[in-house]
Amino acid sequence: MNFQRSLRVFLIAGLVLLAGCGDENSDFGRPRENRPEPVDLVLLENGRPDPSVLAAEQVVHRGNGDEPQTLDPHRAEGVPTSHILRDLFEGLTTEAPDGDVIPGAATGWNISRDARTYTFYLRRDLVWSNGEPIKAEDFVYSLRRAADPETASESAVMLLPILNAREVLAGELPAQELGISLLDEFTLQITLTGPTPYFLGLLASPVAYPVNRKNVEAFGEQFSRPGNLVSNGAFVLKSWNPRVSIELEKNPLYRQADQVIIERVFYYPIEDLAAEVTMFRSGALDWTAEVPNNQFKWLQRYYPDELVVSPWMGSYFFGFNLLREPFIENPELRQALILAIDRDVITEKVTQFGEKPSFSLVPPGIEGYVPFAPDYADWTQHQRNEAARRLYEMAGYSAENPLRVEIRYNTSENHKKIALAIASMWKQQLGVIATLVNEEFRVFLQNREQKVITQVFRAGWISDYNDPYSFLEMFRTAHGRNDYGYSNSTFDALLDEVGTERVRARRERLMFEAERELLADFVIIPVYSYVSKRLVDPHLRGWQDNVMDHHASRYMFKLKSRQPGEQEESSQADSTSPAGTPGTSPAPAEGIQAGESAFDDEHGQATEADENADEEGES
Amino acid sequence: MRQEGIIHHATSRLLGLIPTLLVLITIAFFMIRVAPGGPFDGEKILPPEIRANLDAKYHLDEPLMQQYFRYLGQIITLDFGPSFQYKDWTVNELIAQGFPVSLTVGGLAMLLAFFAGTSIGIAAALRQNTAADYSIMGVAMLGISIPNFVVAPLLILVLAVYAGWLPAGGWDWSIQRMILPVITLALPVIAYVARLTRGSMIEVLHSNYIRTARAKGLPGHLVIRRHALKPALLPVISFMGPATAGLITGSVVIERIYSIPGLGSYFVQGALNRDYTLVMGVVIFYGVIIILLNFIVDILYSWMNPRIRYDEVL
Repeated sequence: MNFQRSLRVFLIAGLVLLAGCGDENSDFGRPRENRPEPVDLVLLENGRPDPSVLAAEQVVHRGNGDEPQTLDPHRAEGVPTSHILRDLFEGLTTEAPDGDVIPGAATGWNISRDARTYTFYLRRDLVWSNGEPIKAEDFVYSLRRAADPETASESAVMLLPILNAREVLAGELPAQELGISLLDEFTLQITLTGPTPYFLGLLASPVAYPVNRKNVEAFGEQFSRPGNLVSNGAFVLKSWNPRVSIELEKNPLYRQADQVIIERVFYYPIEDLAAEVTMFRSGALDWTAEVPNNQFKWLQRYYPDELVVSPWMGSYFFGFNLLREPFIENPELRQALILAIDRDVITEKVTQFGEKPSFSLVPPGIEGYVPFAPDYADWTQHQRNEAARRLYEMAGYSAENPLRVEIRYNTSENHKKIALAIASMWKQQLGVIATLVNEEFRVFLQNREQKVITQVFRAGWISDYNDPYSFLEMFRTAHGRNDYGYSNSTFDALLDEVGTERVRARRERLMFEAERELLADFVIIPVYSYVSKRLVDPHLRGWQDNVMDHHASRYMFKLKSRQPGEQEESSQADSTSPAGTPGTSPAPAEGIQAGESAFDDEHGQATEADENADEEGES
Repeated sequence: MRQEGIIHHATSRLLGLIPTLLVLITIAFFMIRVAPGGPFDGEKILPPEIRANLDAKYHLDEPLMQQYFRYLGQIITLDFGPSFQYKDWTVNELIAQGFPVSLTVGGLAMLLAFFAGTSIGIAAALRQNTAADYSIMGVAMLGISIPNFVVAPLLILVLAVYAGWLPAGGWDWSIQRMILPVITLALPVIAYVARLTRGSMIEVLHSNYIRTARAKGLPGHLVIRRHALKPALLPVISFMGPATAGLITGSVVIERIYSIPGLGSYFVQGALNRDYTLVMGVVIFYGVIIILLNFIVDILYSWMNPRIRYDEVL
């Protein structure tokens, strides 16, 4: 006991010592404070940044989560990979900084009256990064390659709207039968199975990027290696050091090369979110893939200018297994469980990430679509709790006969916290006895799919494309991801209609009705809609928030730093001029104070927690 | 005579490696296949057509026994196959890239741990039961009990984020980027080695032949160097074998925190992603390394300890 105590004292003393020797102007709150501030952005008449405000070195360092699986756009999967591919390649369409679909390699297109045939007109001056011209046949070849069973593309799912794509993928028809045809050297036509309003958006995604045929045939599966890869985007692949970095270099042959300001892009696969934040704080990164939830409050306080939070195309919810008791034919109980959750508490106290509490399936932010909101979305939580208690009793449960239920989720700190909050809200409001079960991700997915042992389980969806259909589709009868055992013929019929409807407004109305139908059946417990969250160096500009969270480096640019004489002072300027001008001295002094008090706070908390632990240990 | 014994012993040990590896491969192969879920299962479910194409490409549609023998056939040619997760690379390439990194960091950490640990241990033993001894051993105790994932972020925070002396993470084979991971990896081992050395040194110092050497009037430092050092290091040597294997095959914690592209993460990521070929490749590689290191320790041991003679055993 005594030994432990002295050890602890020793440890704390050591930490203080370590901290003390760190830096004389020990700035514990926010070390980047002594990093220079960017100058104000000045735009020219054409909307481009004034060259005089740009930094001399236009290199951007982006944290990118996981190591990309492959740089073959047709076999690629996952968010980190697609960020890199978006810089390397360009499809027939592409995305503006705000996520709008705009002409890419195609200068324009015609859509037939039945909305099933798209004719694309290619730009005539396009070249690959090796200088060869790009023609319509390159796109025909590439789409066929993506659908070819030999390629074994996972993201070929996105090609399914194209005529015969399913048959080609199944190996029943040759790739030549895919609904894409060459009209002339610079014109091509794509035929779809039915109207697909988000099809132009799909063409901006990696699976629809063109690859260079000669390149692929010469190098086989190694065509995407540095030195081999030929691409058509704003950047070319310079080097790839697995799990270290991927370096891209500006492509001087890109069609808009004169508008691309960034010269080089580094992508770092940093799996550990906390490590990514420290690298950002040490100045090694300009852009992080994400930030860890448990540091949000701290970052909000010390990095308000760097922390960027914006709505994202995803929903977080829990699902009911409708094939297992107690949820077979028991809508009152399901509704009671949906109502008794205080979503504001979950987003504000538990996840703390400015997520938007939700009562619907489809997240807000999809252009032209307003998610269906049930009437209880407007109630106060008090009203919801009362209704929940009433419904709970109607379903035949009471304090003497409480519901016992399992909440299942895949192992993750965040899921655990949310499941725990939900369980305690149910307990408090209804007296439900919920047990938490966590499982490794793939075990969890398998259990969900089998629908035998699950009751309430974590679910959620992040869409690949900007369309509510992506969310609704998985509740169809017998859909592969319908882990709810949900089957409603009205809902299925509505979705069938959505598939053939070509008037946009009517199609959206049908999806709205389908979402209403689904929510009225109480299949899911909506919790919140996702946000994307990251740290961005204020020097890095040119990008914009968008619900898809797609940010091509070609739109970005770096501002230069403020010089010592210009208004705000940086402490670096102080160190170069030992005397320091009288006017500047208060600023760094303040910085130190703020930093120290922040450290004291942290330190105070740590010792307090320690003491508590001590008491517990002795009692 | 003695030389031949060692060689004989070495060859028989090396031959014994083959059945051990075969058992290892078999168990690992079936264990990872038995784990629920497969490499292409995810939250987004694949249409059956696409799933079938993937299974066919990676031979996952064949019966399990056929896959097993196919795999054995591959390994004989030292081909671990393509990674399911990192599709642009083969497992051989990934190991070839990851191992030098882990070897460098782990090897440097081991060297540091060995020299620092034994020096500290000897220093403490020579000052047995003094304040210096207690404080050295107190610090060593701390070194053992504070886990890596506490030390590493602390070091980064102080030396990289606040002081700005060293990079916070990443890898480019420069010395600056190795310093923090090497120290973090070495700290607990230094502490452990120091305690081991101190204990055995004290024991040796109390033995009769040391007393004899002292009685003959040999100066203190010579007594240590000529007579006490070798026997006192024996327990350290036998600890170093498995410890080295552990260090040079990569630590997941260190690799994640410092963003180092070593082998450790491939093992864990491979298992979580059900990247069958990658997990198998790394398991086999680890197996070989551990067996080899134990073997090297055996040889070293026999050279250092006059009581072990293979010619007598055989």
